[in-house]
Amino acid sequence: MKADPTTFLAHRHAVRTVASGRPLSGLVRRLVPLGWGAASLACFIAAWELAWAAGWADPLLLPPPHIFLRNFASQAQYFIPTDVIGETSNTTALKSLAMTIVATTLRVLSGLVLGFVCSVAMGVAIRYFRLFGNLTLPTITLLAPISPIAWLPVAIFLFGIGNAPAVFMVFISLFFVMTVSTISQIDNVSRTHLNVAAVMGATRGQTFRHVILPAILPSLFMVLRMNLFGAWMVVLVAEATGVGSGLGQVVMLARNTFNSSLSFFTMTLIGVTGFAFDVALLIVQRKVLFWMPSNGLGK
Amino acid sequence: MSQNESASVQPPLVTCKGVGKTWQTDGAPFVALRDIDLNIARREFVVFLGPSGCGKSTLLYLISGLEQVSSGRIICGGAEVSGPGTDRGLVFQDASLFPWLSVGENITFGLKMQHMPKENRRRVAEEILERVGLSEAIDKRPDQLSGGMRQRVAVGRALALKPEILLLDEPFAALDVQTRAKMQDFLIQVWQQSNVSMVFVTHHIDEAIALADRIVVFTARPGRIKTIIPVALPRPRDTRSRAFHDLSVHLTDLMRDEVDRAFAEQERVR
Repeated sequence: MKADPTTFLAHRHAVRTVASGRPLSGLVRRLVPLGWGAASLACFIAAWELAWAAGWADPLLLPPPHIFLRNFASQAQYFIPTDVIGETSNTTALKSLAMTIVATTLRVLSGLVLGFVCSVAMGVAIRYFRLFGNLTLPTITLLAPISPIAWLPVAIFLFGIGNAPAVFMVFISLFFVMTVSTISQIDNVSRTHLNVAAVMGATRGQTFRHVILPAILPSLFMVLRMNLFGAWMVVLVAEATGVGSGLGQVVMLARNTFNSSLSFFTMTLIGVTGFAFDVALLIVQRKVLFWMPSNGLGK
Repeated sequence: MSQNESASVQPPLVTCKGVGKTWQTDGAPFVALRDIDLNIARREFVVFLGPSGCGKSTLLYLISGLEQVSSGRIICGGAEVSGPGTDRGLVFQDASLFPWLSVGENITFGLKMQHMPKENRRRVAEEILERVGLSEAIDKRPDQLSGGMRQRVAVGRALALKPEILLLDEPFAALDVQTRAKMQDFLIQVWQQSNVSMVFVTHHIDEAIALADRIVVFTARPGRIKTIIPVALPRPRDTRSRAFHDLSVHLTDLMRDEVDRAFAEQERVR
């Protein structure tokens, strides 16, 4: 399941006062949600470990965290960054693990950047050039509902094996959704802001560049963040089938060798990396697109 | 009333001749305005007063050029209005500043569209903000300002393009009573220190009397001019004076019929 870290961060706003109603100091207010995060995680792990201790969870099928995290070095040997950053056979376990994570993360990042830029450009072009929009939008609307996974063969036909099909998959998982979203955001730009631009003598091009684009970017960035987990999903599938390295490849290796410890270990890595990725995007969003409308997703 | 005297000598800045506006809706056409004849002199302060939905804002948007007349014509500064122009500044009910720009950048947005160099824009922003009494706020973000301050920035933004007329669409409606009174004083001060004409839309009778050289009273829908009342009270106006009170009572009587009709209309529509 997709875990949404934003709900976890949202506690920061909800937790203002303790039960007595006394305001908390800034530091404590920051620590409280972290504390709850740790407590929540501890409960989850404790339940799992108890299930193992009671003999309900077979350590071969559902190894608890202390087992699958224990043999860190032996797990890490499976992380072989073959065609990624130069083929070095005698890298340390930690290094090859880091390289695998970096390889997958870079694929997601390149796909996200490409997808974001291209879809925003496409959406703006569709609304700016009417003929272009009339000719392309119906097709895009028809292609949008196709699951990104269905594009996997196409990715391999077009790009063969390597980084390109994985990046393409992330790109395609974003492109149609974000293009359609861009168009709907453009259509919903505040009427008064457009009127202000018109009254101030802005041309059509200036209105797009100086009003519509800045007005839609924050919401589009939120859409990007919501699609981040989808992007992680398809990159793993792409790696499992067409790339030959990365976290998705390790997941597939775990499946093929019936290595449940490795499977859970990799899942943990994917979870932590995905969470860190989302937090990083959130920070970028706050710094660069500060005029975000304040709602649950924005702050 | 120097403004009215000059009106008889100079040609009017804005002339509306037989202006009408009809919206095309799904069912029957919706007549918002009909047979509007009105002159606005240079440096004159005109207030459009009427019940909600009477078309007073529509007339303002027609003068601004954001909406097109269905019949008649509007002439501004000798040329027929066919679209928005920087000779006519517009201030909206919500300040609608761009949240991604600083206060200074908001002020000079129109000048940026005219490709004025950045250093010059900064100087204009400083000068305008001094005029609207917000010199400290030049690098602030709009969401750091109060509602009244934002509306002052909006007035400044309109002034930066050196318009001949400022069109204000219920600009103080969202403000509390105390801020509203302050803003009225502020607006009069800006008006007296500049050469612009003002058209101010409101449904607030005391606000109309506090501001106007002439009050244009609208009928309920379809909007027509019911009467035009010159306000000869000396400025600054004392809202507690006898004359102010009498005029307020008179306007309330005038408005009552129209408000009743507007209500009846709304009930019928529902």
